[in-house]
Amino acid sequence: MTALISNPPLTEGDAELPDPPVRRRSRRGALRPLLRTGTLVLVGWAVALVFFFPVLWMFVSGFKQEAQAATNPPTFFFEPTLDQFEAILGRDFLPFLLNSLMASLGSTVLVIILGTLAAYALSLRPIPGWRDSLFFFLSTRFMPPAAIILPLYVLANNVGVLDNITMLTLIYTAMNLPIAVWMIRSFMMELPKGVLEAAKVDGAPFLTEIRKIILPMIAPGLAATALICFIFAWNEFFFAVSMTSTQAATVPVFLTGFITSEGLFLARLSAAATMAAFPVILAGWIAQKWLVRGLTMGAVK
Amino acid sequence: MTTTVSPSAARERRGPGRPQSRTKVKRPVRERWVRRGPLLPGLLVVVLLTQIPFVVTIYYSFQDQNLLRPGQSAFAGFDNYVAILGDPHFRGAVFLSLFLTASVVVLATVLGIALALLLDQKFLGRNLVRTLLITPFLVMPAAAALIWKHAMFNPMFGILNWALSPFGVERVDWGSEYPLFSLVLMLVWQWTPFMMLIVLAGLQSQDTEILEAARMDGAGPVRMFWRITLPHLRQFIELAVVLGTIFIVNTFDPIYLITQGGPGQATTNLPYFIYQKAFRAFDVGESAAAGVLVVIGTIVIVTFALRLVSGMFREEK
Repeated sequence: MTALISNPPLTEGDAELPDPPVRRRSRRGALRPLLRTGTLVLVGWAVALVFFFPVLWMFVSGFKQEAQAATNPPTFFFEPTLDQFEAILGRDFLPFLLNSLMASLGSTVLVIILGTLAAYALSLRPIPGWRDSLFFFLSTRFMPPAAIILPLYVLANNVGVLDNITMLTLIYTAMNLPIAVWMIRSFMMELPKGVLEAAKVDGAPFLTEIRKIILPMIAPGLAATALICFIFAWNEFFFAVSMTSTQAATVPVFLTGFITSEGLFLARLSAAATMAAFPVILAGWIAQKWLVRGLTMGAVK
Repeated sequence: MTTTVSPSAARERRGPGRPQSRTKVKRPVRERWVRRGPLLPGLLVVVLLTQIPFVVTIYYSFQDQNLLRPGQSAFAGFDNYVAILGDPHFRGAVFLSLFLTASVVVLATVLGIALALLLDQKFLGRNLVRTLLITPFLVMPAAAALIWKHAMFNPMFGILNWALSPFGVERVDWGSEYPLFSLVLMLVWQWTPFMMLIVLAGLQSQDTEILEAARMDGAGPVRMFWRITLPHLRQFIELAVVLGTIFIVNTFDPIYLITQGGPGQATTNLPYFIYQKAFRAFDVGESAAAGVLVVIGTIVIVTFALRLVSGMFREEK
């Protein structure tokens, strides 16, 4: 534990020391840790509330009537209503939700399968040149989406898969695969070495080896990887807004209907935004422990 | 991206967990492909959907082509590049991208370090505070952008004006009067948790024994921070800055949703510029040329980033 404002707690050993300076400190010492803890709690919670406020406000406003959402000063106490949520669900929100679910879950399943296989060939039974392949995967993650959108658009248009959820699913698969390979590899590297040697003696084919021995051992890591990939796919906007229009549009595309501010609509926007953001907030809270590993491609544990 | 930074070939031979004894024997071709097998499907997906499209982008950048006139295209040489580089809007977008990225990265990193130091202390409800602090990064960016635009920045009943009203701020239309400030504010809010998480991981990986020993030797907290904690954090901060930069350069959602690149071209960054060239002006050639230039810029950053990651990667061994 590092301590910026550290004041060593007074231990019994200190109190028994006979010299006066320590005794003099003991009076202040009893008060200062308390003061320090108090300040920490206060500052910590104040900062957390400032950062969390826009999210909280989004959530709260979704349960308002429109007239209560647009007031100055803001309305903090009101009778909650589900009207806005009903209105959004009644406004063809479901197809967008289903598209989002299909693209996010579909790409996550694909990413986990392809990512596990690739990570295996790059860690446990490394092929020659595994390092180059590994860094190749990493570098594709850094391709600016804007630099490849046009060929993807033209290609999809020519093949007839523009505004198609399968196409979007494949794009998200390619987008998340580098993260998955790096992350799953980092979990595989933590496996005890002896396990694989035993499997090797048995002469198990690699698919059996992966399924029977490796998968059960890295299951928590795979779950974490899946959550991270789900988060990125669900929140993705650029490809969704460029490659879809009416058939395959996802939840973020639904939200573009709220760009202009005509009439009273803030409560309705809040309800829609809450429903759009909720799955990922939940996934992120669950995956908190592994979040940093996913964001740094497994580089930071 | 088509570059890979490959560390020395000698290291490849020492694969992790690989038995050394049998590898000297040249394997039959079939067996080698069986070993490569698991890698190929993933590699194929990534190459098909990111590398080949980029090759096509390079091809487009030398073509005179418009999506409104399909079938009519001609070789244009470097005309698109000349046009793009001579376009004040493109130069403006480059400048804005640099400014936006630099200011967001610097502010988010400084705030992130401060928050990480705070969360590294023990206090009541620390875990809940951390959970609340990471939430801005999790909220769907499109949803967050619209909430900021309409609920925070609104001139009549926006929270920002209400919160600042004791200081004499009234009826400011943040989105159109201070579009750049608004974007930076929203992006710093969104990216601070990212920086914080990486720095916090760095803080918690510190060797407590060294700190304890330093304290025993009479080092003060400030001295300990500058001499021990900060040097240890350096690589984590560098990683956070580099990764953050790569992601923030590609910012698109809030620009599309809050300012539409305006007023005028005031908040048009490179991704939004390329998007407009492609899907509003349908100018394939110039959009592609701008895309190629962005990739060249990104390669410079990524080469630096990979060197960093590969440095950490080596230490892992």
